[in-house]
Amino acid sequence: MSLSQWIGDPLNWVFLVLALAVLLSGFRVVTSPNVVHAALFLVATLAATAGFFLLLSAEFVAWVLVLVYIGAVIVLFLFGIMITRAPTGRDTAVDHPRRLPSALIALALFGVLAWSTWTAFGDTAIEAVGEGSSTEVLGEALLGRFLIPFEVVSFLLLAALVGGITLARKDQSPAEEEAAELVRSER
Amino acid sequence: MILFQFLLVAALLFSFGVYGLLVRRNAVMVLLSVELMLNAVNINLVAFESVLATSALIGQVFAVFVITVAAAEVGIGLAIILMIFRNRRSANVDDFNLMRL
Repeated sequence: MSLSQWIGDPLNWVFLVLALAVLLSGFRVVTSPNVVHAALFLVATLAATAGFFLLLSAEFVAWVLVLVYIGAVIVLFLFGIMITRAPTGRDTAVDHPRRLPSALIALALFGVLAWSTWTAFGDTAIEAVGEGSSTEVLGEALLGRFLIPFEVVSFLLLAALVGGITLARKDQSPAEEEAAELVRSER
Repeated sequence: MILFQFLLVAALLFSFGVYGLLVRRNAVMVLLSVELMLNAVNINLVAFESVLATSALIGQVFAVFVITVAAAEVGIGLAIILMIFRNRRSANVDDFNLMRL
């Protein structure tokens, strides 16, 4: 597909806007000196990613991303930031001072990924976009062919819930329990 | 649309995540970078699905699974960070060196 053909497709204009949003906000997630700002830039990245999924006619995944990530995970992150009293102001200490080696590693990884995907899938076109709803098919797949993985994932979520509560709740030390027992018996 | 445009954006997003993972010192921000990388993987899964057009939408099913496991991971990860913060009064990953000789 030539470049003029590619530019002529209005879907690609939508793609360019979304890609710009994803990459700018994604870049700010890893460079912003403020932790709360980084979490909010992640919201922008995820929202634009949901736009990608809509563009690829995966509406169920798009809305799951919006509900689960933007609705729940980011709120959890903000709670974590508040509780650990992370530096919410402008603070350079959130980054390691030696950034260049990390940037080089990331750049090398990008080079490898981009080169290998270009040589393998450089001219593969996406044709079957926008052909009705895929949610019905997805639901049948989740509760049919993928029923066992689906149940395993739900069990994993339950285990994570119990584990998270066990880790994060404040247990009383034996001395504190004794003191509480003493107060109760004196009443 | 071609497949490579999505793969390129996902590769760039993944590289941002790797950079953040290596350079951030705050444990919460390290987790944020991991989320960025998982998000790049999701873009790849859904993009490949729309090319292969499998009858059971395997790519989208796996994207949903990745989102679920990522949610569980964030819950456990933040609980662990909270626990370490209570014991060591710090969320800086350079301070987590209790097992060092």
